[in-house]
Amino acid sequence: MSVGTVVDWLAAVALVSGALLSLAAGIGVLRFPDVLDRMHAATKPQVLGVLLLLVGLALRLRTAADLGMIMLVGVFQLATAPVAAQMIGRAAYRSGRVDRSLLDVDELAGHQPDPAGPRPQRADSRSGDGGSQAEGGDPRSGDGGQRE
Amino acid sequence: MSGASSRPTGRRRDQLIALGWLVVVWNLLWGHFSPANVLTGLLVGGSVLLFFPLPPVSFGGRLRPRALLVLAGTFVVELVSASIHVAAIAVRPRFRPRGAIIGVPLRVRTDLNLALTAELLSLVPGTLIVEVDREAGVLYVHVLDVRSPADISGSRERILAVEERIVRAVGSEAELRQLLTEPTEAP
Repeated sequence: MSVGTVVDWLAAVALVSGALLSLAAGIGVLRFPDVLDRMHAATKPQVLGVLLLLVGLALRLRTAADLGMIMLVGVFQLATAPVAAQMIGRAAYRSGRVDRSLLDVDELAGHQPDPAGPRPQRADSRSGDGGSQAEGGDPRSGDGGQRE
Repeated sequence: MSGASSRPTGRRRDQLIALGWLVVVWNLLWGHFSPANVLTGLLVGGSVLLFFPLPPVSFGGRLRPRALLVLAGTFVVELVSASIHVAAIAVRPRFRPRGAIIGVPLRVRTDLNLALTAELLSLVPGTLIVEVDREAGVLYVHVLDVRSPADISGSRERILAVEERIVRAVGSEAELRQLLTEPTEAP
Protein backbone atom coordinates (compact mmCIF):
# COMPACT_ATOMS: atom_id res chain seq x y z
CA MET A 1 0.00 0.00 0.00
CA SER A 2 1.52 3.32 -1.04
CA VAL A 3 1.86 6.36 1.19
CA GLY A 4 -0.74 8.17 -0.92
CA THR A 5 -3.37 5.50 -0.19
CA VAL A 6 -2.70 5.67 3.55
CA VAL A 7 -3.02 9.46 3.53
CA ASP A 8 -6.24 9.21 1.51
CA TRP A 9 -7.70 6.78 4.06
CA LEU A 10 -6.66 9.05 6.94
CA ALA A 11 -8.33 11.95 5.14
CA ALA A 12 -11.49 9.87 4.66
CA VAL A 13 -11.60 8.95 8.37
CA ALA A 14 -11.09 12.61 9.37
CA LEU A 15 -13.79 13.83 6.97
CA VAL A 16 -16.38 11.26 8.09
CA SER A 17 -15.76 11.69 11.82
CA GLY A 18 -15.78 15.48 11.42
CA ALA A 19 -19.11 15.30 9.60
CA LEU A 20 -20.56 12.98 12.30
CA LEU A 21 -19.46 15.35 15.09
CA SER A 22 -21.01 18.30 13.24
CA LEU A 23 -24.22 16.26 12.92
CA ALA A 24 -24.16 15.51 16.66
CA ALA A 25 -23.63 19.23 17.33
CA GLY A 26 -26.67 20.02 15.18
CA ILE A 27 -28.78 17.43 17.01
CA GLY A 28 -27.60 18.89 20.33
CA VAL A 29 -28.57 22.43 19.32
CA LEU A 30 -32.03 21.14 18.36
CA ARG A 31 -32.64 18.83 21.33
CA PHE A 32 -31.09 20.54 24.36
CA PRO A 33 -33.69 22.21 26.56
CA ASP A 34 -31.93 25.53 27.23
CA VAL A 35 -29.80 28.22 25.54
CA LEU A 36 -26.74 27.52 27.70
CA ASP A 37 -26.89 23.76 27.03
CA ARG A 38 -27.21 24.51 23.34
CA MET A 39 -24.10 26.69 23.44
CA HIS A 40 -22.15 23.67 24.73
CA ALA A 41 -23.19 21.81 21.57
CA ALA A 42 -22.35 24.83 19.42
CA THR A 43 -18.79 25.06 20.77
CA LYS A 44 -17.16 21.71 21.52
CA PRO A 45 -18.36 19.11 18.97
CA GLN A 46 -18.86 21.83 16.38
CA VAL A 47 -15.30 23.18 16.66
CA LEU A 48 -13.73 19.72 16.68
CA GLY A 49 -15.97 18.69 13.76
CA VAL A 50 -14.79 21.64 11.68
CA LEU A 51 -11.16 21.03 12.65
CA LEU A 52 -11.42 17.36 11.60
CA LEU A 53 -13.02 18.36 8.29
CA LEU A 54 -10.14 20.81 7.76
CA VAL A 55 -7.55 18.10 8.55
CA GLY A 56 -9.27 15.81 6.05
CA LEU A 57 -9.25 18.57 3.44
CA ALA A 58 -5.59 19.38 4.08
CA LEU A 59 -4.65 15.70 3.66
CA ARG A 60 -6.51 15.55 0.34
CA LEU A 61 -5.45 18.90 -1.17
CA ARG A 62 -1.75 19.04 -0.12
CA THR A 63 -0.95 22.41 -1.73
CA ALA A 64 0.67 25.32 0.08
CA ALA A 65 -1.98 27.92 -0.78
CA ASP A 66 -4.82 25.69 0.44
CA LEU A 67 -2.94 24.76 3.61
CA GLY A 68 -2.52 28.44 4.49
CA MET A 69 -6.22 29.10 4.06
CA ILE A 70 -7.18 25.95 6.01
CA MET A 71 -4.90 27.01 8.87
CA LEU A 72 -6.55 30.45 8.95
CA VAL A 73 -10.04 28.93 9.08
CA GLY A 74 -8.96 26.64 11.93
CA VAL A 75 -7.35 29.42 13.96
CA PHE A 76 -10.32 31.78 13.57
CA GLN A 77 -12.71 28.95 14.40
CA LEU A 78 -10.85 28.23 17.64
CA ALA A 79 -10.62 31.91 18.52
CA THR A 80 -14.18 33.00 17.73
CA ALA A 81 -16.48 30.06 18.58
CA PRO A 82 -16.10 30.41 22.39
CA VAL A 83 -16.47 34.21 22.16
CA ALA A 84 -19.65 33.91 20.10
CA ALA A 85 -21.05 31.31 22.51
CA GLN A 86 -20.23 33.52 25.50
CA MET A 87 -21.90 36.55 23.89
CA ILE A 88 -25.10 34.57 23.23
CA GLY A 89 -25.07 32.90 26.67
CA ARG A 90 -24.47 36.21 28.43
CA ALA A 91 -27.21 37.97 26.48
CA ALA A 92 -29.62 35.11 27.28
CA TYR A 93 -28.75 35.23 30.98
CA ARG A 94 -29.01 39.02 31.23
CA SER A 95 -32.38 39.08 29.51
CA GLY A 96 -33.69 36.31 31.77
CA ARG A 97 -34.12 33.71 29.07
CA VAL A 98 -32.24 31.03 30.99
CA ASP A 99 -34.44 28.29 32.50
CA ARG A 100 -33.57 28.42 36.22
CA SER A 101 -35.36 25.13 36.92
CA LEU A 102 -32.59 23.33 35.02
CA LEU A 103 -29.85 24.81 37.20
CA ASP A 104 -28.75 23.09 40.42
CA VAL A 105 -26.58 26.03 41.51
CA ASP A 106 -26.54 29.65 40.29
CA GLU A 107 -23.70 31.63 41.84
CA LEU A 108 -24.15 34.42 39.29
CA ALA A 109 -27.63 35.26 40.61
CA GLY A 110 -26.53 37.80 43.24
CA HIS A 111 -23.73 39.32 41.17
CA GLN A 112 -25.74 40.16 38.10
CA PRO A 113 -26.85 43.61 36.96
CA ASP A 114 -30.66 43.80 36.96
CA PRO A 115 -31.89 42.64 33.53
CA ALA A 116 -34.59 45.35 33.52
CA GLY A 117 -32.17 48.20 34.16
CA PRO A 118 -28.47 47.53 34.50
CA ARG A 119 -26.81 49.74 37.09
CA PRO A 120 -24.67 52.17 35.11
CA GLN A 121 -21.39 51.75 36.98
CA ARG A 122 -21.45 47.97 36.59
CA ALA A 123 -22.52 48.20 32.96
CA ASP A 124 -19.64 50.57 32.21
CA SER A 125 -17.00 48.43 33.81
CA ARG A 126 -18.21 45.32 32.05
CA SER A 127 -18.68 46.77 28.59
CA GLY A 128 -15.31 45.58 27.34
CA ASP A 129 -14.64 42.33 29.14
CA GLY A 130 -11.94 39.77 28.57
CA GLY A 131 -13.77 37.54 26.12
CA SER A 132 -14.09 40.17 23.45
CA GLN A 133 -10.55 41.44 23.83
CA ALA A 134 -8.90 38.31 22.57
CA GLU A 135 -9.15 39.37 18.95
CA GLY A 136 -11.48 42.36 19.06
CA GLY A 137 -9.30 44.46 16.76
CA ASP A 138 -9.60 42.25 13.71
CA PRO A 139 -12.83 42.79 11.79
CA ARG A 140 -12.37 39.54 9.89
CA SER A 141 -12.54 37.52 13.12
CA GLY A 142 -16.30 38.07 13.16
CA ASP A 143 -16.62 36.32 9.79
CA GLY A 144 -14.76 33.29 11.13
CA GLY A 145 -17.42 32.72 13.77
CA GLN A 146 -20.29 33.07 11.34
CA ARG A 147 -18.90 30.73 8.74
CA GLU A 148 -20.86 27.77 10.09
CA MET B 1 -4.07 56.74 22.76
CA SER B 2 -0.79 58.37 23.77
CA GLY B 3 -2.39 59.73 26.95
CA ALA B 4 -3.68 56.33 28.06
CA SER B 5 -0.41 54.53 27.55
CA SER B 6 2.33 55.14 30.07
CA ARG B 7 4.90 53.26 27.98
CA PRO B 8 4.61 54.46 24.38
CA THR B 9 7.47 52.24 23.25
CA GLY B 10 5.73 49.09 24.56
CA ARG B 11 2.48 50.17 22.92
CA ARG B 12 4.31 50.85 19.65
CA ARG B 13 5.97 47.43 19.83
CA ASP B 14 2.61 45.67 20.39
CA GLN B 15 1.15 47.48 17.36
CA LEU B 16 4.10 46.53 15.16
CA ILE B 17 3.71 42.87 16.14
CA ALA B 18 -0.04 43.08 15.41
CA LEU B 19 0.70 44.69 12.02
CA GLY B 20 3.10 41.87 11.17
CA TRP B 21 0.44 39.24 11.94
CA LEU B 22 -2.20 41.12 9.94
CA VAL B 23 0.12 41.21 6.91
CA VAL B 24 0.70 37.44 7.25
CA VAL B 25 -3.08 36.82 7.51
CA TRP B 26 -3.73 39.04 4.47
CA ASN B 27 -1.19 37.11 2.38
CA LEU B 28 -2.60 33.76 3.51
CA LEU B 29 -6.08 34.92 2.50
CA TRP B 30 -4.79 35.69 -1.00
CA GLY B 31 -3.09 32.31 -1.12
CA HIS B 32 0.49 33.42 -1.73
CA PHE B 33 3.13 35.91 -0.58
CA SER B 34 4.06 38.58 -3.14
CA PRO B 35 5.40 42.14 -2.91
CA ALA B 36 2.01 43.54 -3.98
CA ASN B 37 0.22 41.47 -1.32
CA VAL B 38 2.68 42.60 1.37
CA LEU B 39 2.16 46.24 0.34
CA THR B 40 -1.65 46.07 0.34
CA GLY B 41 -1.44 44.02 3.55
CA LEU B 42 0.53 46.84 5.19
CA LEU B 43 -2.11 49.36 4.04
CA VAL B 44 -5.09 47.26 5.17
CA GLY B 45 -3.42 46.18 8.45
CA GLY B 46 -2.37 49.77 9.17
CA SER B 47 -5.89 51.10 8.68
CA VAL B 48 -7.35 48.25 10.79
CA LEU B 49 -5.01 49.20 13.66
CA LEU B 50 -5.78 52.89 13.15
CA PHE B 51 -9.59 52.66 13.00
CA PHE B 52 -10.17 49.63 15.26
CA PRO B 53 -7.53 50.03 17.97
CA LEU B 54 -7.27 47.25 20.57
CA PRO B 55 -7.42 48.05 24.25
CA PRO B 56 -3.82 47.89 25.45
CA VAL B 57 -3.32 44.26 26.50
CA SER B 58 0.42 43.90 26.70
CA PHE B 59 2.21 40.61 26.96
CA GLY B 60 4.41 40.76 30.02
CA GLY B 61 5.25 37.10 30.46
CA ARG B 62 7.53 34.81 28.55
CA LEU B 63 6.93 31.74 26.42
CA ARG B 64 8.01 28.39 27.85
CA PRO B 65 8.14 25.80 25.02
CA ARG B 66 7.70 22.71 27.24
CA ALA B 67 4.71 24.17 29.11
CA LEU B 68 3.24 25.33 25.78
CA LEU B 69 3.46 21.75 24.48
CA VAL B 70 1.75 20.47 27.65
CA LEU B 71 -0.96 23.15 27.21
CA ALA B 72 -1.53 22.26 23.54
CA GLY B 73 -1.45 18.50 24.09
CA THR B 74 -3.84 18.59 27.06
CA PHE B 75 -6.10 20.94 25.09
CA VAL B 76 -6.39 18.54 22.15
CA VAL B 77 -7.15 15.58 24.45
CA GLU B 78 -9.75 17.61 26.39
CA LEU B 79 -11.36 19.00 23.22
CA VAL B 80 -11.84 15.46 21.90
CA SER B 81 -13.28 14.13 25.17
CA ALA B 82 -15.50 17.24 25.54
CA SER B 83 -16.86 16.77 22.02
CA ILE B 84 -17.61 13.09 22.57
CA HIS B 85 -19.23 13.92 25.94
CA VAL B 86 -21.56 16.57 24.48
CA ALA B 87 -22.28 14.50 21.35
CA ALA B 88 -23.21 11.50 23.54
CA ILE B 89 -25.62 13.62 25.62
CA ALA B 90 -27.11 15.07 22.42
CA VAL B 91 -28.08 11.71 20.96
CA ARG B 92 -29.12 9.96 24.22
CA PRO B 93 -32.90 9.48 24.10
CA ARG B 94 -35.14 11.03 26.77
CA PHE B 95 -32.32 12.69 28.72
CA ARG B 96 -32.53 16.22 30.08
CA PRO B 97 -29.14 17.28 31.42
CA ARG B 98 -29.01 19.32 34.66
CA GLY B 99 -26.78 22.38 34.72
CA ALA B 100 -25.20 24.82 37.15
CA ILE B 101 -23.58 28.25 37.02
CA ILE B 102 -20.54 28.59 39.27
CA GLY B 103 -18.23 31.53 39.96
CA VAL B 104 -14.54 30.72 39.86
CA PRO B 105 -12.09 33.37 41.11
CA LEU B 106 -8.83 33.18 39.17
CA ARG B 107 -5.52 33.58 40.92
CA VAL B 108 -3.86 35.70 38.20
CA ARG B 109 -6.21 38.60 37.41
CA THR B 110 -4.62 40.11 34.29
CA ASP B 111 -6.85 40.77 31.28
CA LEU B 112 -4.77 38.43 29.15
CA ASN B 113 -5.10 35.53 31.59
CA LEU B 114 -8.85 36.12 32.04
CA ALA B 115 -9.39 36.14 28.27
CA LEU B 116 -7.25 33.08 27.55
CA THR B 117 -8.75 31.04 30.40
CA ALA B 118 -12.31 32.02 29.42
CA GLU B 119 -11.59 31.07 25.83
CA LEU B 120 -9.98 27.70 26.57
CA LEU B 121 -12.37 26.52 29.26
CA SER B 122 -15.28 26.82 26.80
CA LEU B 123 -13.61 24.06 24.77
CA VAL B 124 -12.81 21.62 27.60
CA PRO B 125 -15.29 19.11 29.06
CA GLY B 126 -18.41 20.35 30.77
CA THR B 127 -17.70 24.08 31.08
CA LEU B 128 -18.81 27.18 29.15
CA ILE B 129 -18.05 30.80 29.98
CA VAL B 130 -21.16 32.93 30.64
CA GLU B 131 -20.00 36.10 32.35
CA VAL B 132 -16.72 37.77 33.33
CA ASP B 133 -16.30 40.03 36.36
CA ARG B 134 -13.18 41.85 35.31
CA GLU B 135 -12.38 43.80 38.50
CA ALA B 136 -12.83 40.85 40.82
CA GLY B 137 -11.21 38.44 38.36
CA VAL B 138 -14.11 36.00 38.61
CA LEU B 139 -15.29 33.85 35.72
CA TYR B 140 -18.92 32.70 35.82
CA VAL B 141 -19.11 29.34 34.12
CA HIS B 142 -22.02 27.13 33.07
CA VAL B 143 -21.48 23.44 33.82
CA LEU B 144 -23.31 20.90 31.67
CA ASP B 145 -24.54 17.51 32.91
CA VAL B 146 -24.35 18.00 36.69
CA ARG B 147 -25.35 14.88 38.64
CA SER B 148 -23.81 15.46 42.07
CA PRO B 149 -22.02 18.20 44.05
CA ALA B 150 -18.80 16.36 43.19
CA ASP B 151 -19.29 17.29 39.53
CA ILE B 152 -19.35 20.98 40.48
CA SER B 153 -16.20 20.87 42.60
CA GLY B 154 -14.58 18.79 39.86
CA SER B 155 -15.35 21.50 37.30
CA ARG B 156 -13.91 24.14 39.63
CA GLU B 157 -10.67 22.19 39.88
CA ARG B 158 -10.57 21.64 36.12
CA ILE B 159 -10.92 25.39 35.45
CA LEU B 160 -8.12 26.21 37.88
CA ALA B 161 -6.01 23.53 36.18
CA VAL B 162 -6.61 25.25 32.81
CA GLU B 163 -5.52 28.55 34.36
CA GLU B 164 -2.41 26.93 35.83
CA ARG B 165 -1.39 25.43 32.47
CA ILE B 166 -1.84 28.82 30.74
CA VAL B 167 0.22 30.71 33.34
CA ARG B 168 2.92 28.04 33.23
CA ALA B 169 3.04 28.40 29.42
CA VAL B 170 2.89 32.19 28.93
CA GLY B 171 2.88 33.88 32.37
CA SER B 172 5.65 35.93 33.96
CA GLU B 173 7.69 34.68 36.95
CA ALA B 174 5.66 36.90 39.31
CA GLU B 175 2.38 35.44 38.00
CA LEU B 176 3.74 31.94 38.43
CA ARG B 177 4.59 32.67 42.08
CA GLN B 178 1.12 34.20 42.56
CA LEU B 179 -0.37 31.00 41.16
CA LEU B 180 1.47 28.80 43.63
CA THR B 181 0.88 30.91 46.75
CA GLU B 182 -2.65 32.28 46.32
CA PRO B 183 -5.33 30.19 48.03
CA THR B 184 -8.37 29.14 46.01
CA GLU B 185 -11.80 29.60 47.52
CA ALA B 186 -15.39 29.83 46.41
CA PRO B 187 -16.75 33.41 46.19
